[in-house]
Amino acid sequence: MRSAPVAPILLVIAALAAVPLLTSSNVVLNFLTVALLIALAGQGWNVLGGYGGQYSFGHAAFFGTGAYVTAILQTRYGVNAWLGFVLGIAGGALVGAAIGALTFRSGLKGSYFALVTLAFAEVLRILASVAPVTGAGVGILVTLDLRPEAFQFQSRAPFYWILLTLVGLSLVVVRLIEHSRFGAWLVAVRENEDAARALGVDATRVKLAAITISAAMTAAAGAFYVQYFLFIDSGIAYGPWISIEALLAPIVGGIGTVFGPLLGALAVRILGELTKLAVGDAPGLDLVIFGSVLILVVAFAPRGIAGLLSDARRRVARWRSPAVEQAHG
Amino acid sequence: MLSPVILVAAILNGLLTGAVYALVALGLTLIYGVLHIINFAHGALLTAAMFAAFFAHRLLGLDPYLAAVVLTPLFFALGYGLQRFVIGPAARGEDRNILLVTLGLAVVIENALLFVFRSDTRTLNLDYAFDVVDLGIVFLPVPRVVAFGVVLVVALLLWLILTLTDTGKAIRAVAKEKLGAELSGIEVAHIYAVTFGLGTACLAVAACLLLPTYYVNPHVGNAFVLVAFTVVVLGGMGSVPGALAGGLFIGVVESLSGLYLGESLGQIGIFLMFILVLLLRPSGLFGEQA
Repeated sequence: MRSAPVAPILLVIAALAAVPLLTSSNVVLNFLTVALLIALAGQGWNVLGGYGGQYSFGHAAFFGTGAYVTAILQTRYGVNAWLGFVLGIAGGALVGAAIGALTFRSGLKGSYFALVTLAFAEVLRILASVAPVTGAGVGILVTLDLRPEAFQFQSRAPFYWILLTLVGLSLVVVRLIEHSRFGAWLVAVRENEDAARALGVDATRVKLAAITISAAMTAAAGAFYVQYFLFIDSGIAYGPWISIEALLAPIVGGIGTVFGPLLGALAVRILGELTKLAVGDAPGLDLVIFGSVLILVVAFAPRGIAGLLSDARRRVARWRSPAVEQAHG
Repeated sequence: MLSPVILVAAILNGLLTGAVYALVALGLTLIYGVLHIINFAHGALLTAAMFAAFFAHRLLGLDPYLAAVVLTPLFFALGYGLQRFVIGPAARGEDRNILLVTLGLAVVIENALLFVFRSDTRTLNLDYAFDVVDLGIVFLPVPRVVAFGVVLVVALLLWLILTLTDTGKAIRAVAKEKLGAELSGIEVAHIYAVTFGLGTACLAVAACLLLPTYYVNPHVGNAFVLVAFTVVVLGGMGSVPGALAGGLFIGVVESLSGLYLGESLGQIGIFLMFILVLLLRPSGLFGEQA
């Protein structure tokens, strides 16, 4: 098996890393940070949904757990923010593994898997909106403490670079998965689970591993959200918005591709900002557009932006070498 | 301990609420039984129907019960159109795509309502909203007794349509054996759309029955639909009598758990039951489709 090509990933990350050096505009950095946050959450969805074919409608369960664990450990137990961050990711992964163990062992797939993940996210949302430990209806405010030791920074650039590192890591991980035996099993399960089982793939274990990795990535996005905005409540943490954005990014960008979630998150966020510019900040309008984009992409560009790009590249290649065209007659 | 009178009242109230759950679930189970998809837009369509009924009263002075006569065919047409011209073509027969398209529709409808009407909660003030029937030991609200009766009539009508009419027979044929039905000259795309239309029409009736006593906001349908999912799973995906019995059962469970645990936890009870049923009886659920 060829070694996984990571050079393009490093190139993209290096280019994005240069942005704070070129502009000190908070608007630009804020925009990119939110887009990268969605890209990270979406990469999580992509591992399970894109490569594994298990469509979750409740990735909020992982995002919210990452966020709440990070916030609660800091504010209630005085745990260091960096440690809290790592434990937040672990907590999200654990929830992922638990949900995976319950659903995959019961043989739930397709619509049922989507439905159960949605229900888990909703149960967690309702619990978080009444439990005292999550601040019930009020939410949790993380105390302002602008020191790097506390995972808080004076300017936005360090936040941005840390998030970019996380996104870079997630891209490398997915690239490695793509080129690994595990990745091949995962895709086999997506394409035909029964056939994969017949060939000796332990489909349940493969899916379980996928949902755990997937949940960890999305939980990292949630944990980062808390450090960046210093606030979390049940609607943000476990609300449907993040479940939708997490699946929209990879689907728009190119489902089951390494760069799909990043491309999609940027595209969807740009679209969101343009809407805001055109109509003002009206509640609901951005989601109306995102929902329409979802339907349109499924209908007309099922392989997303990545698919359109590769089609375009092929067309350009054909145009450059008409000999091939003639040879094909 | 609670007195038996309160218990009886809670059970009766649960049955009345459960009837509306059953109606919402009926639409869902019908669509599932024929198209083999879970319609994630069901809740948003119910919300849309409730808004339609609300404004039929606010703007045209139409009583919700009268509005049902207009809205039911209208929502049948809406459902037919959505399946025939949006979901069907966009999904190209792929189950995963259908999931995403109905989710997309749900997001669009719910947020379009949010955009236009904001998240304000609205209620109609009808003079009969607080009328009650005195049963000697308990008082039951008239609008909910009416709802109970109408649901039974609608369920009977649906059953008659499915068993007696040619379209109904075609629907059952497609549900059982799609390819065979297609080969014997049934236009599957049309039958799919009719089924989706019937399911959506159930929502219009449910909306008109709910409105005299219930509030409207852009998220109101979600609560009903998760209950409806539970009902459908409990009663068996695709089964009309199952949806009816399941709806009544869940209504009582919710009413009792609300009594013992309080409102918000009562809702969790339903979710947990839903997850449990899905996890423990998956074989029963996949009986028809792998």
